[in-house]
Amino acid sequence: MKHVLSVLVENKPGVLSRVTGLISRRGFNIESLSVGPTEDPTMSRLTAIVIADDLGYEQITKQLHKLISVHKITDLTDEASIERELALFKVNAAPERRNEIIEIANIFRAKIVDVGRTSLTVEATGDDAKLKGLEDLFRAYGIKEIVRTGKVALSRSSRD
Amino acid sequence: MSTHAEQPAEPTRRNAATLGAPRGAGSRTPKQGATMLGAEAAIASLEAEGVDTVFGYPGGQAIKIYDALYDSQQITHILARHEQGAVHMADGYARSTGRPGVVIVTSGPGATNTVTGIATAYMDSVPLVVITGQVGRGVIGTDSFQESDIVGITMPVVKHSYLLQSTDELTRTIREAFHIASTGRPGPVLIDIPSDLAGAEMVFEYPDEVNLPSYKPTYRGNAKQVRAACRLLEEADQPLLYVGGGIISSEASDELVQLMDLMQVPAVVTLMGKGAVPASHPLNLGPVGMHGAKYSNMAMCEADLIIAAGARFSDRVTGRVSEFAPNAKVVHIDIDPAEIGKIRDADVPIVGDLKGVLAAMLETLQKDGAAPRDDQWIADIAAWRERYPFYHPNVREADDEVVPELVIAELGRQLDPERSIVTTEVGQHQMWAHQFLPREFPRTFLSSGGLGTMGFGFPAAIGAAIANPDKAVVCVAGDGSFQMNSQEMATAAINRVPVKVMIMDNRCLGMVHQWQKLFYDKRYSQTLLEPVPDFVKLAEAYGWEGERVEHAEEVAPAIARMLAAEGPYLLDVAISRDQNVYPMVAPGAALNSIMGAIDVAVGAVRTDMPASAGARVATPMEPADVSSPCAKIDAQFGGRWEIDPDDTGARLGQEGSTVDVPPSEWKTLFRDGAAEKGGDR
Repeated sequence: MKHVLSVLVENKPGVLSRVTGLISRRGFNIESLSVGPTEDPTMSRLTAIVIADDLGYEQITKQLHKLISVHKITDLTDEASIERELALFKVNAAPERRNEIIEIANIFRAKIVDVGRTSLTVEATGDDAKLKGLEDLFRAYGIKEIVRTGKVALSRSSRD
Repeated sequence: MSTHAEQPAEPTRRNAATLGAPRGAGSRTPKQGATMLGAEAAIASLEAEGVDTVFGYPGGQAIKIYDALYDSQQITHILARHEQGAVHMADGYARSTGRPGVVIVTSGPGATNTVTGIATAYMDSVPLVVITGQVGRGVIGTDSFQESDIVGITMPVVKHSYLLQSTDELTRTIREAFHIASTGRPGPVLIDIPSDLAGAEMVFEYPDEVNLPSYKPTYRGNAKQVRAACRLLEEADQPLLYVGGGIISSEASDELVQLMDLMQVPAVVTLMGKGAVPASHPLNLGPVGMHGAKYSNMAMCEADLIIAAGARFSDRVTGRVSEFAPNAKVVHIDIDPAEIGKIRDADVPIVGDLKGVLAAMLETLQKDGAAPRDDQWIADIAAWRERYPFYHPNVREADDEVVPELVIAELGRQLDPERSIVTTEVGQHQMWAHQFLPREFPRTFLSSGGLGTMGFGFPAAIGAAIANPDKAVVCVAGDGSFQMNSQEMATAAINRVPVKVMIMDNRCLGMVHQWQKLFYDKRYSQTLLEPVPDFVKLAEAYGWEGERVEHAEEVAPAIARMLAAEGPYLLDVAISRDQNVYPMVAPGAALNSIMGAIDVAVGAVRTDMPASAGARVATPMEPADVSSPCAKIDAQFGGRWEIDPDDTGARLGQEGSTVDVPPSEWKTLFRDGAAEKGGDR
């Protein structure tokens, strides 16, 4: 099953490869990964989505805990948490079909960030379902390229 | 000054695993506050940690560190002949003392040559601090001469590693490295020092404390879990301690033996745990697993409670995990939470330092007034032990044959257990040493268990001998393994290290050869080592003494001569390449399918041999000659005396057996030798 792991790590060179190396070394695949600085400049937060059974997941977290560079691991899978991901879609758009695409983007509260002669680039933020829905609709027009940031997640305030 | 330098009295139950302070003077050295070069600060830091010996090999990017080392009064440097040898020496030093072993090597090939040694230490949880020179920061990443990303290369096999970024971090990094290496579950730590930092001026300020908020090993076992474990032990009818290397790292042998005595719990011992329980202890069942005793493996299979103490359910112990100890509840005590539940679910997991946890268990049990249950379990095991001995003269081919098992046992007889250390290489000789060499004290048997590194034992023996000048250090080697690091004979000779090497010389890679015999239809692909060098001449070339023996009656006096020699000594013992290590659980087989155990009840022959095995079985004795109580039981139950009462399949020699040859002809069946494919070339 899918696990959303939020890992607080030291903001130092090589730490990302320590974490990802460990996960892959133990035989697991990282579905999605995003890293960025936190409110504390010496720390980074790494959000990883890993597919593993319960035993495997337990091993991953225990092994991650052993890394000196890892400070805290939170499992946001079953917790009340907010997950977001940003995606950019470059969609085929002949001038006569631009409006349709813009309309779809509006419905999904996505933004048009670039317009070309034959394409539109749409920026969308949301959870998996929303991005998937948008992608399905854009498929009808032809998608030239997609890029996604990987998920970021935080626990909801009520838990704190 | 000296009064300040004294360590505070240690609180009880503290040991090497839990102490984090520098062993040396720490900040209280005369160099504190002085301005010096980074390289000098690195050496001063090692001095502050109380390091007396380092092992290494210089080179371009380590030259500044070596220059600083030139002035050190405190540190003796042992120049190895290969960086791998240096790491194994430091490993032997660390295993035999419990103190971190220290290695200094240069960048590039110097650093990459340490990888096997570091991985060996990682798998066996040995504290090492490895300092590698690195090219200057300005050229890192440009493929400059002798540059290698050693932090990246070693990442999967270190407990932690550092690439030094500034001289401000130098002393703190070394302090942290020693702290991390030697506390919690010990392991190797690597520090990569760019040469420009080694040449930069800095002020030497050594910290005594470390500040590692993310590294807080759990030492105290959870009291509730300890009580739960005690309750299981009190209720168990057939409890068994499964003792691993953690007992030795934690220095918990005394507590363990007290627990065994109090509750009359027998113990099986892994390769890494050898020495943790005295071999002479009546409840010590010795080796378990792939080449463990049949009685130990039966005990493991039959136990209703297994207390895993610093052991990790390695595949070499469990056999097929799905069929491992099906009826046993498991109490798993380990300082590393990731080991608990990794292979086998634990009914009572206890994360903590074994010394404290076992002491707490003892306290609880004593408070409860716990007493051992009836002695049926011990009696059962004793009967198995009598019935399935490791060795019986019956399985010998001829009287003048050199039997490797007996050679090792003779070595054991001649060694003073308290004043000796034995290391092994990896292979058949290692398993024979595990089976036949009695060890009474922890840290007196050093062997590469997890990684199985051929070439480990000999340099490790040099390291152990340097750390323990008052002990006789013997490396039991194979002719294959010894050739992997034989260049270190120079190191031993030049440093006058009186290490002894006893080669069990079968002119082949015995263990692989054995597997090829058993499982690969005797297709001996690339395991025959002829021509092997004349080891005696090789020894003499390095200024050693050496001797080769080929006959059984020469062995004991030759071992005596070896041990009496003042300097390094090589004893080359010729053995047959058709010798196999038995008993054996085939890889991937269940722990109770044991091949080749000797069964006294059927005339002390090896039993349950695969038909393909070219095992050597002598003519069986008449069962009437056997006075074993097991024979009586057998007679009573029609020759059935099994682990599994439902197993009604035919036994060896009975009608319907997969090996349907009458006992009188077993010899021809199992005999191999000249006729064997590739056997004699």
